[in-house]
Amino acid sequence: MVLVLALGDLHVPHRAADLPPKFKSMLVPGKIQHIICTGNLCIKEIHDYLKTICPDLHIVRGEFDEDARYPDTKTLSIGQFKLGLCHGHQVIPWGDLDSLAMLQRQLDVDILVTGHTHHFTAYKHEGGVVINPGSATGAYSSINQYVNPSFVLMDIDGLRVVVYVYELIDGEVKVDKIDFKKASTSSSAP
Amino acid sequence: MIADDDEKWLAAATSAVKQNAFYMQRAIDSNNLKDALKFSAQMLGELRTSKLSPHKYYELYIRATDELRSLEMFFRDETARGCSIAELYELVQHAGNILPRLYLLCTIGSVYIKSKDVTAKDILKDLVEMCRAVQHPLRGLFLRSYLAQVTRDKLPSIGSELEGYRNMDALEFVLQNFTEMNKLWVRMQHQGPNRDKEKREKERNELRDLVGKNLHILGQLEGVDLVVYRDTVLPRILEQVVNCKDELAQCYLMDCIIQVFPDDFHLQTLDVLLGACPQLQPSVDIKTVLSGLMERLSNYAASSVEALPNFMQVDAFSKLDHAIGKVVEAQVDLSASASVTLYLFLLKFTLHVHSDRLDYVDQVLGSCVSQLSATGKLCDDKASKQIVAFLSAPLEKYKDVVTILKLTNYPRVMEYLDHDTNKAMAIIIIQSILKNDTRIATADEVDALFELIKGLIKDFDGLTDNDEIDEEDFQEEQNSVARLVHFLYNDDPEEMSKIIFRVRKHILTGGPKRLPLTIPPLVFSALKLIRRLRGGDENPFGDDTSTPQKILQLLTETVEVLSDVSASELALRLYLQCAQAANDCELETDAYEFFTKAYLLYEEEISDSKAQVTALRLIIGTLQRMRVFSVENRDILTHKATGYSTKLLKKPDQCRAVYECAHLYLAEEGENLKDGERVVVCLKKAQKIADAVQKWPVHPVVAVAWGLCLCMSNC
Repeated sequence: MVLVLALGDLHVPHRAADLPPKFKSMLVPGKIQHIICTGNLCIKEIHDYLKTICPDLHIVRGEFDEDARYPDTKTLSIGQFKLGLCHGHQVIPWGDLDSLAMLQRQLDVDILVTGHTHHFTAYKHEGGVVINPGSATGAYSSINQYVNPSFVLMDIDGLRVVVYVYELIDGEVKVDKIDFKKASTSSSAP
Repeated sequence: MIADDDEKWLAAATSAVKQNAFYMQRAIDSNNLKDALKFSAQMLGELRTSKLSPHKYYELYIRATDELRSLEMFFRDETARGCSIAELYELVQHAGNILPRLYLLCTIGSVYIKSKDVTAKDILKDLVEMCRAVQHPLRGLFLRSYLAQVTRDKLPSIGSELEGYRNMDALEFVLQNFTEMNKLWVRMQHQGPNRDKEKREKERNELRDLVGKNLHILGQLEGVDLVVYRDTVLPRILEQVVNCKDELAQCYLMDCIIQVFPDDFHLQTLDVLLGACPQLQPSVDIKTVLSGLMERLSNYAASSVEALPNFMQVDAFSKLDHAIGKVVEAQVDLSASASVTLYLFLLKFTLHVHSDRLDYVDQVLGSCVSQLSATGKLCDDKASKQIVAFLSAPLEKYKDVVTILKLTNYPRVMEYLDHDTNKAMAIIIIQSILKNDTRIATADEVDALFELIKGLIKDFDGLTDNDEIDEEDFQEEQNSVARLVHFLYNDDPEEMSKIIFRVRKHILTGGPKRLPLTIPPLVFSALKLIRRLRGGDENPFGDDTSTPQKILQLLTETVEVLSDVSASELALRLYLQCAQAANDCELETDAYEFFTKAYLLYEEEISDSKAQVTALRLIIGTLQRMRVFSVENRDILTHKATGYSTKLLKKPDQCRAVYECAHLYLAEEGENLKDGERVVVCLKKAQKIADAVQKWPVHPVVAVAWGLCLCMSNC
């Protein structure tokens, strides 16, 4: 059982002052093994804060991030799964599932995590999973009018991943979960 | 050397005491009164020594008086057997030296206090007078200390059945003993040569609790109620304190009074207590005394809510304020740090007792300002620290910066901080807002707030602190200001609009280093407002400032500033955000204008190839979502974007960008946007570029291929 936190588009301090207190109290150090972040933090203070929750932090560049050294895309393996990470402003049209699927094939991953739209989605698509954890602070988006703060926690266990989405709606944290199972272990052709 | 001698003498004296005690005990055991007295007198004779330091003398004293306990019990047994006090007194006269004789008389006297054949009053009076015979300060102090100790739990309480005895007699006894002890204690100051003054003061300090003990006894005497305290006890004590004219004694005793007697008493006798302060020696540290008093009263108010009306009733606040004013006036060389500390205690007192009286709080701030204006701007760290504590106190109490904004003297106090501390204080204020989720809801409050944090907002007096400040610290500071912007909010769109205009006014004074950090949150705050206005749909606002157009106009002017300070990439992104907002409001002209500005920035300011790729992508992504443009306008913008794509540096980037432009000719809705022909043209162009490149990463080819398939499926 491996816990992976997926979040992004915090836009601190441009569009939000901080994570919601209810989220902060949930994100306790030591419980999570990996963090994957879709970008747009935007400042070092948030980077440092995320590092205190879990030192294994993977992050890609959003268009408003102050640190130019984050990569545009990143891939990593966790358990039996290959994960791909990209902010999403690079994929045009923004939020288009087919275009995201192209990226998924390009990166050759089972789970693609992107952001930018500030809208939580989780789809099964052509053998893989495309997840958008939304905006962890509920930041303003020109793409999406009604944004609730949200983040995703993935529980990876063997060939199965359970995706928990936490959304702050009207001051209360609501949880939902989606199950995905991988067909078989993928072995890359030599 | 001297210390060794001290030890030696103590050892010798102690062994003599032990030996005599042994024989005394033997005499007691065989009921031999005469011998018991003889040996006890010899034992007590050791206390006649002048050789010991106060500390060592104390050890000897404890030894000896411990042994006296069994003698005391023996006396009690003797009186049971019918021996009268007169008889015992008679026998004791035979003790040769006065000191041992007095110790014995005290012991005997204490046993007889509860007896019925003599009045307690007379005994007590006699004893306290007799002790006058010992005028040597050290020995006299300990003798009287013994007297106090041995009579303590025998002092009659109120409602006692003793004839002719009034409680006042016990009171009188203790007061007199106290007075005499203080006199002896003060006299020690003047014994010996001047050069040993420090040593003497140290020794006196070791003995001070002997004197203070009397006050404790007074505090615990039954029947000492407010009336007795006010009419007798306090005046008598203060009389002695003032008249002794001794700095050490005054300082200690004033503090003792405050600690020993109940807070309620202090409240009711505040006039008298404060009235004594100016009469004390000038070298006495009054601020410690007053601080101690105020702290006690603060805690009293905090712990018992029922007492609060009393504070109002005796007008405690004005009295204290007045007293502090006088002290500060009188002590001309009082350091800034010290006077701020005094006001800090008064402020804490006010916050505890009169937290609803903002006028009182403001008054204290004002008094502090007057005091500081005499000294001018402070450079010393200690005073600065105290001022920060002073300013933080109301923040912590009220937890609501909006309340602080009502205190007119608050910004004036801040003026007295040096630049760095001023900024630190501003950060503390911002932290309070962030932590307590405080809403600053009106434009006027915004003004007041920015006045307080102006050290962060702009450079001081034309000086730029470029070299001194650490880059990271500066960014953190400005990020705090940025976060703050999100708490400046009002549900009413008109007021919100005013707030935005006001915040902008303040932020624009920040200079090139600050603007890239502070403008973005303002922009997004404005964009959120536009969304709210748009959602309203009606047009109830006759007012000019709160229409989407006006706000977009403001945004144009604001983002422009960023391109002036070389934050072009940021400005481009913000223009695109504004364009989308204009699109949502169906304001075509404004949207086009924003795109124009973005394109100009792209052409003129963005030369780094990687930056170009990202910027162009954002342009294309934004344009793809625009619905408000007419065919001609969209054409112009799309054409331009495609043009930019072909001019990117690296071929793969070109290929990709051109392919992405194809999406601009596709649309989900609206037939007039769909231009299949143009799409194909784009894709063919992309393919051509792909072909032209020798070495390849796989991806763009795949991308183009998929793009073609997509297009085929859509057309």
